Amino acid sequence: MQQIFNFLIRNKNNILFLSLLAFSIFLTIQTHSFHKSKFISSANWVTGGIYSWNNNIQDYFYLDEYNQRLVEENKNLRNIIRQLSGKDTIPNYTDTTFTSDYTFRSADVINNNFSKRDNYITLDKGENEGIAAENGVVTSKGIIGIIDRTNTNYSRAISILNSQSKINAQLKKSNHFGSLTWNGKDPNLMQLTDVPKQAPVAKGDTIITGGKSLIFPKGLLIGTIQDFKLDNTESYFTINVKLFNDMTNIGYVYVIENKNKEEILSLEKEEEDE
Amino acid sequence: MNSNLISNILRFIGLILIQVLVLNNINFMGYVNPYLYILFLLLYPFNTNQSLFLFLAFLLGLSVDIFEDSGGIHAAACLVAAFVRPNLLRFSFGISYDHQTLRLAATPLGARISYVVLMVAIHHLVLFSLEMFSFSHIILVLKKTLFSGIFTVIVILLSIALFSKKYR
Repeated sequence: MQQIFNFLIRNKNNILFLSLLAFSIFLTIQTHSFHKSKFISSANWVTGGIYSWNNNIQDYFYLDEYNQRLVEENKNLRNIIRQLSGKDTIPNYTDTTFTSDYTFRSADVINNNFSKRDNYITLDKGENEGIAAENGVVTSKGIIGIIDRTNTNYSRAISILNSQSKINAQLKKSNHFGSLTWNGKDPNLMQLTDVPKQAPVAKGDTIITGGKSLIFPKGLLIGTIQDFKLDNTESYFTINVKLFNDMTNIGYVYVIENKNKEEILSLEKEEEDE
Repeated sequence: MNSNLISNILRFIGLILIQVLVLNNINFMGYVNPYLYILFLLLYPFNTNQSLFLFLAFLLGLSVDIFEDSGGIHAAACLVAAFVRPNLLRFSFGISYDHQTLRLAATPLGARISYVVLMVAIHHLVLFSLEMFSFSHIILVLKKTLFSGIFTVIVILLSIALFSKKYR
């Protein structure tokens, strides 16, 4: 017994080192499995507070660009309204029976990484504003990521620039779809894989979100095709997509909640049970 | 002793804030960032309780990890660097290092550079290996280690030269 204690005391540094190392590697592995990074996230009041304080200062330097983006978006929305007003079938938005499938909320990005393999985005709104996990994050120019952790006042999103992110996307002019992933190199270039060979792919074509996910509505912009090649099996395209968004400078975003998600999920579950 | 404690606490907090608010946003050539915060590990008193030092190194890395949402990669890297520090000190400054209070800014340039370079290389290698977390990206790991390492070493040597109190 005495010898065991002596051994422990003599090697206390090594034991401390090994146990702390094991703990940090455990944390690292946990972040590599989807929805498991429970303990460590920047969506807590200390880091969130410091980041939003820092962001309050930095926002002033980008005011010009944010204004430009808002004007651009307003222009597009006005064009859509003008087109719609010619038609008779325009729904009455003031009617209380009118309900939309999606709820949009605005938020500000207070921290954004793009140089690592697995990147995350911290937002300055949380559960108090109704933001929940699995909500989509977009700007007027395209998709940004998916919320994965929320706190009362802050939330964290998995950026599309993350090895775990896999988003259903399709060509705008045909319905051929694939999944959008990132190879970790250029933050403005993503890869659309598993697009069948038959798809009419051409440089400069627009890529939009497909309707297969419960997170993003169909038809949100993503980017344009920069180049493409057949993969090793010679039957699927791998397409390099140039994003419309500048992922290095995001600013203000919209968080999308799919109101019908519970219903769809329970329906799918019923089908599985039968 | 007391002023030493306070200056270490201030250095701990200050370096984390500088790291997460300023240096992590540099992204020179897309991915090259200096990791100045390990200056804390380099400057921590040499003749000290190794267990406490290991624990502080872990805490330092974990703080940066929480800000960066990177799991435990900085914690692991700092821990390894802290663990090998006594050996590196012996290697760079000779056997007698812990008998006197060694001041890093007053050491010979060659020994200082070898100490800083070795610490930075070990820290960065562990950091980027864990960040990539796959053997197929080994070239990218080495590339990141090299370029970020050069940047870090330059920034650290400059900070040591700038912020050291003059002796005599």
